[in-house]
Amino acid sequence: MSAKLIVGYDGSAASDRALDFAMGRVKLQGGTVVLVHVLEWSPYSFLTPSELEERHKRRTEELERAEKALIAPVLEKVRAQGIEAESKIRYGHIAETICNIATELGAVQIVIGRNGHTTLGSRIFGSVAGHLAQASPVPCTIVP
Amino acid sequence: MTRISLSTAQAVLAAMAAMFLSSVPARAQTIDETVNQIFADSTGWFVSFIFASIPGTSIAWIVVWLVVAATVFTLYFGFIQFRVIGHSLALVSGKYSDPDDAGEVSHFQALATALSGTVGLGNIAGVAVAVSIGGAGATFWMILAGLLGMASKFTECTLGVKYRNEYPDGRVSGGPMYYLTKGFAERGLPGGKFLAVLFSIFCVLGALGGGNMFQANQAHQQLSGVFGEYPGWITGVVFAAIVFAVIVGGIKSIARVTEKVVPFMGVLYVGTALVIILMNADMVGSAFGQIFNGAFTGNGIVGGVIGALIQGFRRAAFSNEAGVGSAAIAHSAVRTKEPITEGFVSLLEPFIDTVVICTMTALVIIITGQLVTDPETGLYVINEAGQVTTATGATGVGLTSAAFESAFSWFPYILVVAVVLFAFSTMLSWSYYGLKAWTFMFGEGQVQELTFKVIFCVFIVIGAAASLGPVIDFSDAAIFAMAVVNIAGLYFLMPIVKRELESYLRRLNSGEIRRFK
Repeated sequence: MSAKLIVGYDGSAASDRALDFAMGRVKLQGGTVVLVHVLEWSPYSFLTPSELEERHKRRTEELERAEKALIAPVLEKVRAQGIEAESKIRYGHIAETICNIATELGAVQIVIGRNGHTTLGSRIFGSVAGHLAQASPVPCTIVP
Repeated sequence: MTRISLSTAQAVLAAMAAMFLSSVPARAQTIDETVNQIFADSTGWFVSFIFASIPGTSIAWIVVWLVVAATVFTLYFGFIQFRVIGHSLALVSGKYSDPDDAGEVSHFQALATALSGTVGLGNIAGVAVAVSIGGAGATFWMILAGLLGMASKFTECTLGVKYRNEYPDGRVSGGPMYYLTKGFAERGLPGGKFLAVLFSIFCVLGALGGGNMFQANQAHQQLSGVFGEYPGWITGVVFAAIVFAVIVGGIKSIARVTEKVVPFMGVLYVGTALVIILMNADMVGSAFGQIFNGAFTGNGIVGGVIGALIQGFRRAAFSNEAGVGSAAIAHSAVRTKEPITEGFVSLLEPFIDTVVICTMTALVIIITGQLVTDPETGLYVINEAGQVTTATGATGVGLTSAAFESAFSWFPYILVVAVVLFAFSTMLSWSYYGLKAWTFMFGEGQVQELTFKVIFCVFIVIGAAASLGPVIDFSDAAIFAMAVVNIAGLYFLMPIVKRELESYLRRLNSGEIRRFK
């Protein structure tokens, strides 16, 4: 089984840089790139009755959109360069979900980009990179 | 069969509409008076029927109906509300939720949405009405009704999930209309469709009454108490415009803001009540003394013990809606393989709503001395309307406001915001329940939906303009009418719930149903 590098991917410029970095590593050392896309979701949020009614439908649509519009093209691009790649799309708290997937797959490393929020911004909204640096079960590379 | 009952439904609704429109004011009146007059005249017969006494007694048959049902469900399911509450909490916190289902409606979300439809004015204004008519003793019966009601809620919400409709596009629709139709068919019983249509008619009326007019009415009373008197229809038009923007205009941001702020207001309300209770901790004992004493002696209220009991049960049912069937509509969207789990979760609702929040309101009113008693006899001083005289003369939400104000002078301002938001969120929930019932009768489609939504907004104006008496009577009557049909159906369907319950508990104990966390 080849070593798996998890890349947190959301289509942003920062996540593209993370992907480039991970691809560079895999080219040198071998292994598999795992693109992970997490749809922010809390089971404790509040929804209106009509949102409840449509939730299952929306979820199906959101997963399909993430798969088709975001992950599939990138996956193809990575594979075109001869790199082994797979993907995971999940709902949940972003950093926690990435950590869970890392444990599940026995990944060797997590690679994520950072948005370069100001200190104040990340203090208020929290930052995925900061959280992962604290909680990651495997070595974590944060690409600037 | 279907066609006949559908046209009956249409005829009844048309007749109702005609009644509201046909009466012409005979003399010059203000808009508010005219609306009130027409409203009281045209709904009186319905109210009298629902609240008719059992011949030879002074006990309203509807109260007996609700109490008997809640007791039957409690006994039939072996005091289910006390046996599974730990498991209920584990379900709500997601310990049994499959992580692969993340992104679907969780137990917590279904419960929160259902609660935001029930926690509201019933807890603030309804309780005040209960104690000002039934005295402190009404609180005891209210708590008892809340505890028993947990079993009713368990039954209806389990069925709501089990017999919901899942459409090919992934939407779900559930509620009494569906379990009455499908459940009766499954058991080979006739009349399911008839009950479903009857329920839908009452659900539409309940949505317009308790879910709409009562809310608008009390919101106006609260607003005019703070900003000075002004005509009710003005509040009505403003509310109607905002509700219209959300349910017709599809402006989700307003609904979303409400859904975020309402839980916060709920916590603030309960927190303040707790502070007032703690500040007067020495009075809590005597308050409970009044509650128990009043429950079994009546303490001089009109109607004595029976009067207190009726008020307690009436307001509890109005507040937590157990047995009414409305919650089954909200709970049915949850993602679960086991319908019974939503029953377990839903039984927390009457507990939170009635046993906790309503009781706190009642305690604050009693502790702050709002109910005037005769110092010599210790009995309540009854005014000419047959109600307990209050310290400030206020009734309804005004009484709750006065009670909180006596501890914190700024609280009425917070309460205005809370009442307006609660009223608004309850209206949104009920506009959905009413709409589901409406489309069940008339079919899904844009024209049908728009018709209902416009009628709903018109009733907001009527509710804000009418006076409390006729509005609260009609609201109660319509909601209890739902319970008549729903509970009648539940009696026939409860063996199905029992089967589900036994099967689930067996698998839970054997470890077949596993925890994920």
